[in-house]
This record gives sequence, C-alpha cells and structure tokens, in this order.
Amino acid sequence: MLARYVLRRLVGMVIVVFLVLTIAFVIVRLAPGDPAALMLGPEATAADAAALRARLGLDRPIPIQYLTFIGNALTGDLGTSIFFNQPVTRVLADRAEPTVFLALFSLLFALLIATPIGIYAAYRRGSFLDQSAISIAMLAASVPSFWTGLMVQRYLATELGWFPASGYGGPDADFLERMAHLMLPSLVLGVVNSALILRFTRASMLDVLGEDYVRTARSKGMGELRVVLRHALKNAAIPIITVVGLTFALLVSGAVVTERVFNIPGMGNLVVNAVLRRDYPVIQGTLIVVATLYVVINLVIDLLYLVVDKRVKY
Amino acid sequence: MAAAASSVAAQEPGFLKLLLARRSVLVALIVFVAVVAVCVLAPLVAPADPMKMSVRARLSPPFGAYLLGADPFGRDVASRLLYAGRVSLVIGAGVALLSTVVGVMIGLLAGFYRRLDGPLSRLIDAMMAFPDILLSIALVSILGGSMVNVIIALSIVYAPRFARIGRASTLVIRELPFVEAARALGSSTRYIIANHILRNIVSPIIVQATFIFAYAMLAEAGLSFLGVGVDPSTPTWGTMINEGRQYIDQAAFLIFFPGIAISVSVLSLQLIGDGLRDALDPRLAREL
Repeated sequence: MLARYVLRRLVGMVIVVFLVLTIAFVIVRLAPGDPAALMLGPEATAADAAALRARLGLDRPIPIQYLTFIGNALTGDLGTSIFFNQPVTRVLADRAEPTVFLALFSLLFALLIATPIGIYAAYRRGSFLDQSAISIAMLAASVPSFWTGLMVQRYLATELGWFPASGYGGPDADFLERMAHLMLPSLVLGVVNSALILRFTRASMLDVLGEDYVRTARSKGMGELRVVLRHALKNAAIPIITVVGLTFALLVSGAVVTERVFNIPGMGNLVVNAVLRRDYPVIQGTLIVVATLYVVINLVIDLLYLVVDKRVKY
Repeated sequence: MAAAASSVAAQEPGFLKLLLARRSVLVALIVFVAVVAVCVLAPLVAPADPMKMSVRARLSPPFGAYLLGADPFGRDVASRLLYAGRVSLVIGAGVALLSTVVGVMIGLLAGFYRRLDGPLSRLIDAMMAFPDILLSIALVSILGGSMVNVIIALSIVYAPRFARIGRASTLVIRELPFVEAARALGSSTRYIIANHILRNIVSPIIVQATFIFAYAMLAEAGLSFLGVGVDPSTPTWGTMINEGRQYIDQAAFLIFFPGIAISVSVLSLQLIGDGLRDALDPRLAREL
C-alpha cells in the first residue's frame, strides 16, 4: 500500500514538473513580436536578431523547439544566459547561497516567533494576548514586506547602526560576515511570514486541545505543560508542517523583494535584473528551478506525514 | 416559490447583522469605503494638481504648506497619493474580477466534466507551483508594463486559486439530490451549472475574491517597487515608494505615506474578507 502510494505521488510529481516546463516554455513565447528583437533592444539590426534567433533555436518550428527544450531541461541544461553568456544553471548556482540562507533564516525566525505564540494563544483562547496576537498577525500580513524592509533599514541599520545596512559583505567577506548581512533581512521576512504560521498553529492547536485524549491526559493528573507540549503539540504538528510547505512560495516571493531592498546579490536580484536586461533564458530557468523545488518540497512534506503521524494510512 | 423568497428575505438582515456584529469588520468597511471614496473623488478633493512641479517646494516636509509634503520635483504628495490610489484600487479590483471569472469557469469545467478534471487539476497544480511574484514578474516582463497587462498577469497568477475552490465546491454540489432532481426533470447541463451550481458556490468565491483584491494590491506594489510593474510615469502607491527610495535618508515621509495607504487598504480588505467568511458560513466562525 505504502509503496503504491509513494509511486503514485512520484508519477503525479513528474507530470506536474513536466507541465511546469511546458508553462515556462509557453510564457516566453507569449511575447508579442520577435523575442530575439525584444532581447536585443531597439538598436539591434535585423542581422543581429537573425543571428540570435539561430543561436537560441528560435528559427526552428515550434514543436521542434519544444522537444529540444524539454530534452535539454531533462539533462539539466536550462539554456544560456544572453547577458552573462554562461549556462543558466551556472548563473543561478552562483547566486543561490544568499537566497537559500535568507529563506532558511527567515523560516527559522518565523517559526521561533509564531509557534510559541500560536500555542499560547490557543491555550488561552479569547484572552487579551490571544486577540492581540491575531490582530498583529493580520497587520503583519497587510504591510508590504519591502516597505517594512526599507523602514527598518533606514532606522535600525543606517541610523542606529545595529546591522549592516545592505549588500553581502563584498567579495572578500568570510562566511560569518556574509551571514551577518542576512540577519536584518531575514528578521523582516520572518516577521512577515510568521503571520500565516501563527494562525495555522493556533487553529490546529485549538482543534487538538478539544480532543478526548487531551481531556484524558488532564484527568489522569498530567501537568498542564506536559499535556500541551507532549500530547497536543505532537498532534498539531501535521498542519504546522503543511504550512511550512506553503510558506515556501511566500519565502521565495519575499526573498525576491527583500534582496532588492537590501541589495543582496541572490537569485531574486538576478531575476529582476534579468527582466530589465530582457535575459529571457534566465527568467525561464529561475521559474523552472523554483517551481520544481516547490513541487519536490511539498511531496517530501506529504511523505513526512507518514512518519509523523502513525494514523495516516494510504 | 413564495416560501423560498421569504426565506431569502429573512436571511438578508441576518447576514448583514452577522457581518457587522464584529466591530473590527464595521470599522474596516467604513475605512475601505472612505479610501475608495477619496480616491475616486480625487479631482474634487485633491489639494493640488498631482503633476504640477515646483522647484522651490522640493522635498518640503509634511504638515507645513503641503499636508503630506512634496516630492523631489516639488509635486504635492497628498494629491499624488489620491491619484495613485485610483490606479492601485483599479488594479486590485480588476484582478479580483478577472481572476474570479476565469478561475471559476475553469473550476466548474473541472468539477462538472470528469474527463477534464485530471488534466485541468494537474495544470492548476503546476500554475500554483510558481511563487506569485516570480510568475507575475515573468508575465509582465513579457506582456509589457501597462495597467491592463499588470491586471492580466496578476489574474493569470490568482485564477488557479478560484479554480480550486470552484472545482471542490462543484464536486460536492454535483452529487446533491437537488441537482439529480433537476437532471431528472430534464434540465440541461448549462442550466444546472448556471442555476444550481454557480448559485451555491457564490459564498466561498466572494470571500476569496476579497482576499485576492488585497493580495493583488500588495503584488502590484511589489511589482512597481521592483520597477517591473506599470509604467513609472503612472503614479501608483508602489511606484511612489520606488521613486522615494533614493531620498529615504532625508525624506522618509515619501515612502512612509504610500506604505500606510497600502497597509490600511489591504488590512481593511482582509478584515472584511474574514467577516464575510464568518457571516456567509457560520460553521467556520467558531475558529475565532
């Protein structure tokens, strides 16, 4: 049963990744007019455009282009950046470090903020703390993260000097210094993303706290702290893991904007610059890598349920 | 028929009463209507011409001759804020409307026709694998940055969410006895979809549309901030923040006010959405 379930999910994942590739292929061809001319800008001659079309294979029939694209993507070739004249995978890999750590740190901050408050808010449901936690979470989800970033950068970094204001420490910076540059951006992104996790944690804890076995544990004379942390939290873990998967998309979107605010040379900055430079292969490659990662992470999370909760059977 | 009509009539005040029972929802509704009103009436209420430059007024601080200060070109920030709000609100509303129509249509097809369900559902999954900012950046960069293209791009991004809701609700409602009865009475598929299914999925769709309105306003601001949204010569709350960025050290108010405008609008929309959800579906209300 288990093997069949895993197999079915894997096949589903392959289909979705295939569709992701197809969508990325179609998007670039939605451009009105000649993509080669668009990429080169208004000064280019017709001969330049023809040369670029030939280099990108845009002069061949669409079905052939599509098959070549899928074939290349399956062997890990996402094309060549026009601006950098390097493979897209290489360009992306060079800028992955800040983005990956920014996402990880902000997820960590979001969990550290949201989980304890969410649990406590559920435990003291309807209290002043509960209501303020919900209101603040909603407020955090309403303020644009780049705006918070700009404000925090202006006052905490530029004016008070508590954090490095921007950048990634320059070319000679060691690992610790690079990470130090990520602290303030991660904190901003973490606070913004904690809103969703807080609401989810609170809701799933509320469900579990009403269950019979929690009442049983209490009536057996088990201490309140132990009831909440051992029995309730363990069973509220599934929805919380789900929300971490959902947060991935939010984290990536947030990272794109936050990297721009703090001038961090990551994948977000890369993709925005690619748009300004009309470097379509880079845009396409970023879309494919991020969406595939999303699909894989969510599959892993679904499979994690099997480990976390013994009651889940497929 | 009479019984049905009277039960609908009896529901109406109940719904409004439920919606406005929470003070936060009432306040949010008043605030949002006020924001929309001053932006729509911008030509009448704006203190100055939003495009008029004045070298001497350059970066005037707020609460002086200029209520909310003046920008680097000496243009009145308060007036620009009102005119920019029109664009931001139109984009939010346009996206909510367009993505609802397209998404619900796809969802109905997937939910009602079994053969279409598999392919359409996989397509929805694939679309939702792209983070919204990333997909909208790519779409706007390819379609070009006009207001209409931003609306189209963001609608493509958000339509799959409506498709999921539409599909899920259709799957449930399709199996209910009254749909079977309608079919037995000889109703056509189109009639059943229009009169039975659509009518019964309105509530979750309205709630979602309210949230998408809010998300689209945030996304538009993000796109404009990144410089890949609407043409920078059109003021929106996002482009105002982007323009003010290089003056943040001497004139933070240039960024502060548009940020507040976005946050207040988005927050009130989210509160209204929450209120609508609880009022339209009291079963969910217990959560809060």
